[in-house]
Amino acid sequence: MAHTDHTTHLHDDHAHHGPEKGIMRWIKTTNHKDLGTLYLVFAFTMFFIGGLMSLVIRAELFHPGLQFVHPEFFNSMTTLHALVMIFGGVMPAFTGLANWMVPMQIGCSDLALPRINNWGFWILPFAFALLLSTLFMPSGGPAGGWTMYPPLVLQMGEGFPFLIFAVHLMGISSITGAINVAVTILNMRAPGMTLLKMPLFCWTWLITAYLLIATMPVLAGAVTMLLTDRYFGTSFFTASGGGDPVLFQHVFWFFGHPEVYILILPAFGVVSTIIPTFARKTLFGYDSMVYATASIAFLSFIVWAHHMFTVGMPLAGELFFMFSTMLIAVPTGVKVFNWVATMWRGSMTFETPMLFAVAFVFLFTIGGFSGLMLAMAPVDFQYHDTYFVVAHFHYVLVPGAVFSILAGVYYWIPKWTGRMYSEFWGKTHFWLSAVFINITFFPQHFLGLAGMQRRVPDYAVQFTDFNEISTIGAFGFFVSQFIFIFNMLRCMSKSGVPATDRVWEGAHGLEWTVPSPAPYHTFEVPPYVGDDETSNLHDTAKAH
Amino acid sequence: MATPAAVHTDHAHAPAGGKYFVPEPSAWPFVLTFALVICIIAGWGYLEEHSLGPVPAYGGAALAIYIIFRWVRGVCLESEGGLYNTQVGMTYRMGMAWFIFSEVMFFAAFFGALWYAREMSIPWLSGEGAKLSTHTNLWPGFENTWPTNGPAQLGGKFETVGAWGLPFINTVLLLTSGFTLEAAHHALKENHRKVCIAWMWVTVALGCLFLYFQVTEYVHAFHELNLTMHSGVYGSTFFMLTGFHGFHVTLGTLMLAIIAVRLMLGHFKPDSHFGFEGVAWYWHFVDVVWIGLFIFVYVA
Ligand SMILES: [Cu+2]
Repeated sequence: MAHTDHTTHLHDDHAHHGPEKGIMRWIKTTNHKDLGTLYLVFAFTMFFIGGLMSLVIRAELFHPGLQFVHPEFFNSMTTLHALVMIFGGVMPAFTGLANWMVPMQIGCSDLALPRINNWGFWILPFAFALLLSTLFMPSGGPAGGWTMYPPLVLQMGEGFPFLIFAVHLMGISSITGAINVAVTILNMRAPGMTLLKMPLFCWTWLITAYLLIATMPVLAGAVTMLLTDRYFGTSFFTASGGGDPVLFQHVFWFFGHPEVYILILPAFGVVSTIIPTFARKTLFGYDSMVYATASIAFLSFIVWAHHMFTVGMPLAGELFFMFSTMLIAVPTGVKVFNWVATMWRGSMTFETPMLFAVAFVFLFTIGGFSGLMLAMAPVDFQYHDTYFVVAHFHYVLVPGAVFSILAGVYYWIPKWTGRMYSEFWGKTHFWLSAVFINITFFPQHFLGLAGMQRRVPDYAVQFTDFNEISTIGAFGFFVSQFIFIFNMLRCMSKSGVPATDRVWEGAHGLEWTVPSPAPYHTFEVPPYVGDDETSNLHDTAKAH
Repeated sequence: MATPAAVHTDHAHAPAGGKYFVPEPSAWPFVLTFALVICIIAGWGYLEEHSLGPVPAYGGAALAIYIIFRWVRGVCLESEGGLYNTQVGMTYRMGMAWFIFSEVMFFAAFFGALWYAREMSIPWLSGEGAKLSTHTNLWPGFENTWPTNGPAQLGGKFETVGAWGLPFINTVLLLTSGFTLEAAHHALKENHRKVCIAWMWVTVALGCLFLYFQVTEYVHAFHELNLTMHSGVYGSTFFMLTGFHGFHVTLGTLMLAIIAVRLMLGHFKPDSHFGFEGVAWYWHFVDVVWIGLFIFVYVA
């Protein structure tokens, strides 16, 4: 039975029309593909805005001394760059990928709660409008760092409530999105799509959803305490009233460390999907990938205070959080091993998604290793709040999370638009990105080890050379991304080569059984899940 | 257009009760977000003392309430109109369970703050552990006691609300309301609609009584005990925990009342009444949080 047939007929049903016309289509849509597109367009807009902020930072740091902006504005740039990139860029981009791919990968008609899905998306533009509007207030934007530590953050100007409420709104958006994905995966799988046959992108997103639902409310609680401390006389973070500013750090990082995995677990899923396709081999150790993901999620709840080694914790705390943090290297090592083992003796080709995925494995691992260095409490006393930390988390977030998003978009956009992107420009984009990102962040390791502080607009003259290199890399990386934008716009304007249904010869999974572009409503009736479509994941399925 | 036969074969894969319901495009979520943002701007004006007039606050709130009403009504009508199959029912169940989990984690942040204040910051401020310097240099006389408004005695001397007065009565009320709600649920399953409605209103009344006593307690605390949000970390944790709980009881009571009205309108069936069950779960969650509050805020 031809699976594609499911999707093309059955439109005699009165309940479903095509999309509405004009702007109202996007405002009112409950369709997972429309919302996926909105999420991705929003995310890349935020990447652009956050990228501009990073250019302000890098331009200011090109030379020692003050060049272009006031220190206060510099500080609000570092603060907003982080908030915009994390909550506006990476998280919505992954939610966009989940919107597009989860229903198509598990064989269902849409996400479980389509109207809630629309709500989760439309909160975001409003939340970021509120947040960024503080930049235009006379007292300026938030400048105490994205971690919002009191008492410094409480000194923010009149925009403070917008910061807090914007974080609340982002929390609502994340929680609704996460509930939607979790319920869809648990309740809407096509018959035969058992949990351990599910594509890994769905698995990693399910566990990400769990982390989001568990930790975003904690962040909401933390910023609510900030709000009442400032306006209603509470003293959660005031020592004279019996509170403690360090309490905020504990509550914040109880959210903040799982957040790190919220940003990277979906990336693991994307990479675990792409590597088997272009290695033309079954994913090595599917079950161990699932269990490693679950272990990482569990461990992520008991390591938070490694962000606070220098705050003055009791020795027992330092030791506990040091060793629990190092434990995470075990499941992460399992994953990296499995990716390498999947490629081992595979018939590899290096199309753009594969290039980004392989670069992910290599560069993310560098970030993992520097994380291991930071996990050692005595050593962290030296590294804390230096550019070494900045280099570390940018390695896991840019050539980590962002590369996986780019890989995922290159991999799936032929399915979304029905057109191939330009492979030449894709590869050009990859090589420029990979080179410039290392030029940007690799020297920052040395700067940090030599003692250059983060979040300061000025530095000692001996740091100049590496800072100049880093700034050149940042501008190069930013400009290179326009190649990607034009490549994608080309697909969206239907001017590339038409894509086949399977797109990649080595690709397996339900999404490749439907036409390219995928019809507006994909699986209104659950499809048949053949062994063929799970053979990327399980060797046994290949026996046919 | 598919032939009936083709449709029939395809439905062989479908879960019981036909296709999964996918709603029409809807402007509710967008308008709701818009209303919330208006409320936020009004809140900003209030907090930062910029007079924006009454229009944003009342307008935003009214619009939000109207949209929530429309949305809930729409879902009820879809449900009663038979558009939801068993799989949609399961979606709502799971969604509600995850939502309640997120609420649990929200309260956990405040319980965590309470625990941290009592077990960490207060002992350290009193000179325990390695934190001697704060103690010797800033507040040498401060001792590890609870309740406390901190070494600077913020908000002045205060007394606490005794556990075995109104809070105990409220504990009994809320626990009883859990049982009356289950009695209503049982009656609904047995198809004794009138009995069910009666138990529902008893539950709503218990919720209202709880709220009345809670407000009485707050007034008492403010005027006679000098216990306010300004009373150091005790006042902070006391009012934030009981306040957010009270807010949840308010929402829960409203939802129970809506369910009671729907029962009177003939909604729900003995074997299919997710709306009822979801609200019941929520009420039991509020109940459990109160027991935590009673033990850790009032008694211990
Ligand atoms: Cu961490």
